[in-house]
Amino acid sequence: MGIFWWAIFPYLMITVFVLGHIYRYQKDQWGWTARSSEFLEKKYLKWGSVLFHTGILLVFGGHVVGMLIPEAVTERLGISDKIFHTAAIITGSTAGFITLAGIVLLLVRRVSVKRVRKTSSFADMLIAVLLFLVVSMGLFNTFGFNLFVKSSFDYRATIAPWIRGVLVFAPDPGLMNNVPLFFRLHIIFAFAIFGVWPFTRLVHVWSVPLEYLGRRSYILYRSVGPVAKPVKEWERASGDVG
Amino acid sequence: MKIKAQMAMVINLDKCLGCHTCSITCKNTWTNRSGLEYAWFNNVETKPGVGYPREWERQEKYKGGWVLKSKGKLELRAGNRLSKLLNIFYNPDLADIDDYYEPWTYDYKALTQSPEKKHQPVARPHSLLTGDPLELKWGPNWEDDLAGAPETGKKDSNLRSLEEKVRLTFEEVFMFHLPRLCEHCLNPACVASCPSGAIYKRDEDGIVLVDQDACRGWRFCMSGCPYKKVYFNWQTRKAEKCTLCFPRLEAGLPTVCSETCSGRVRYVGVLLYDADRVQVAASPVSERELYKNQLQLFLDPYDPEVLAQARRDGLDEDWLAAAQRSPVYKLAVEFGLALPLHPEYRTLPMVWYIPPLSPMMQVVNSGQTEAESGEFFAAIERMRTPIEYLANLLTAGDTETVADVFKKMVLLRQYMRSKNLLGQDVPVEDNPWGLNGAALQEMYALLALAKYRDRFVIPNAHKEKAGDLYERQGMTGYDPA
Repeated sequence: MGIFWWAIFPYLMITVFVLGHIYRYQKDQWGWTARSSEFLEKKYLKWGSVLFHTGILLVFGGHVVGMLIPEAVTERLGISDKIFHTAAIITGSTAGFITLAGIVLLLVRRVSVKRVRKTSSFADMLIAVLLFLVVSMGLFNTFGFNLFVKSSFDYRATIAPWIRGVLVFAPDPGLMNNVPLFFRLHIIFAFAIFGVWPFTRLVHVWSVPLEYLGRRSYILYRSVGPVAKPVKEWERASGDVG
Repeated sequence: MKIKAQMAMVINLDKCLGCHTCSITCKNTWTNRSGLEYAWFNNVETKPGVGYPREWERQEKYKGGWVLKSKGKLELRAGNRLSKLLNIFYNPDLADIDDYYEPWTYDYKALTQSPEKKHQPVARPHSLLTGDPLELKWGPNWEDDLAGAPETGKKDSNLRSLEEKVRLTFEEVFMFHLPRLCEHCLNPACVASCPSGAIYKRDEDGIVLVDQDACRGWRFCMSGCPYKKVYFNWQTRKAEKCTLCFPRLEAGLPTVCSETCSGRVRYVGVLLYDADRVQVAASPVSERELYKNQLQLFLDPYDPEVLAQARRDGLDEDWLAAAQRSPVYKLAVEFGLALPLHPEYRTLPMVWYIPPLSPMMQVVNSGQTEAESGEFFAAIERMRTPIEYLANLLTAGDTETVADVFKKMVLLRQYMRSKNLLGQDVPVEDNPWGLNGAALQEMYALLALAKYRDRFVIPNAHKEKAGDLYERQGMTGYDPA
């Protein structure tokens, strides 16, 4: 089983993630949206959405630092293992609590506010539940594990090298042999999210409109007349508002 | 100078009787779909009132339109681009569905499938969002003919600065109807607000459309539009709006709302304007200059220089001819009878309104066929609909401009009255606008007699010049299915 979960399953999910995105982007521009429900319910969304999104961005940064930077690098920089772990637990727990508060609010809202529930798709429900599971297990692993289990499990010696192996197509399932259950479940559910990602509202992540900041003009014109250039280039500025 | 053509509309409030035919035919054409039940691309409001969505004119709340910054630059009232992105997880200025109304339907089966009973069966309303029974407390036209106005009317932001005068009591009450649709602005705040670049203004006719394939549902257009005329389809989770019935316009037909207007109060035509001066025109320090600035943007379609430049900018002969015959140019520019709705939003709106002249005779109290013109003009100030109210609506508070329009309308009535009843062609040349008998006759023809082809002067679109139409599926406001 170790081979399946730690050498096959992640690639299955990554493959679906990549091909799914390509397929949906080609075939379903019309369905590609953030699927916001703010219009139907604002009060709970305000806190839920802001907390969740802020938290998840911090959590993402934390995972990049914790997983992708090898111990040897931080040690050479003079950051001892102890300092690294303490910092990771404090910042990770804070970000985790923010994210968890957000996703709990969003999930409760999705289920209990009838307008939102009735207008939710299966994918909306599924992704809310999956995110809740992954976030709560992640927070348990960061905060709860140190508080209650008090074990000296070192993810930087096991999970981190494994995930780096996955990224360079040389995974070593052996590294995951003695990883505690909730760490394993956290990873498996996280990859499950990657697998369903392209078929849910999560595609809006790739549409963060950063190009808005660099747009030459506020007002966009498009011509019905013939144009040689591709779509995005049609936007022609006339008169700049800054 | 860069000359562009703009499809524009004039609505004569003086003749609007508030029958809602425009709203109904528009709804049946465009928004009779799930997700847009609450949306009325065209609606008719009774003024005074808070309107649809509730208090849409309160920009302190919804932050729509533009403001002039201290450096003389325009900025969206809701904030700059960075602040938009920082608010992307939650748009604090968004009107929610309750500000419009919760859509409902009736349980008609209770009527058609009822067994024989002692009492008449009743079709009860239930929500189209949740299916729950709904107690109706607000709807798309809750304030029709001032219903509930003593309660909601005071929240009308056009009543600012004249609360003392207006009591909305039965004896002093006034009202008129205001049909509203997308303004297809020259300086559209919705276009500027869209971070995805999905909303655009068409080069050829100025129609503002949402590219359904590019819309990602960030919702800033909805709060950015000060007229609240971009709607959120809660099924597709994308923005939709009035398309000015462009498939009809392209074929030379007027919009559905114009075509079906039973009072024939709408006019559709082409205006030529200088696209290079749009930003300057929208940026005067004083809001009261916006109306005159916008007027100056419109170019005389008979000026040979304008025509030459228009040809250089790619406008076709039939469009130039349509601009010359444009009823909108005549009413808004030549006669100066139509005014823009809330010019202070600085979006340079393109649906203009002839203000309603309430009945004069009671005020003048003469009942005679021929009253002194001075008496009539003085009466304008004492009219039932306060001129300040109309000024807040149409001229950023400039009462003189509204009074001027009324004086022209009164002059026209006097002229036609003496002509029809006394058979006299009263000399009128000494009026401040230089309107002679021929001009008044033309004004009369356009306001009172105009036939279909006079009210709607719409050149066909030059589709033979269009590029790859297949490529553009889904970009014009429809879903691509």
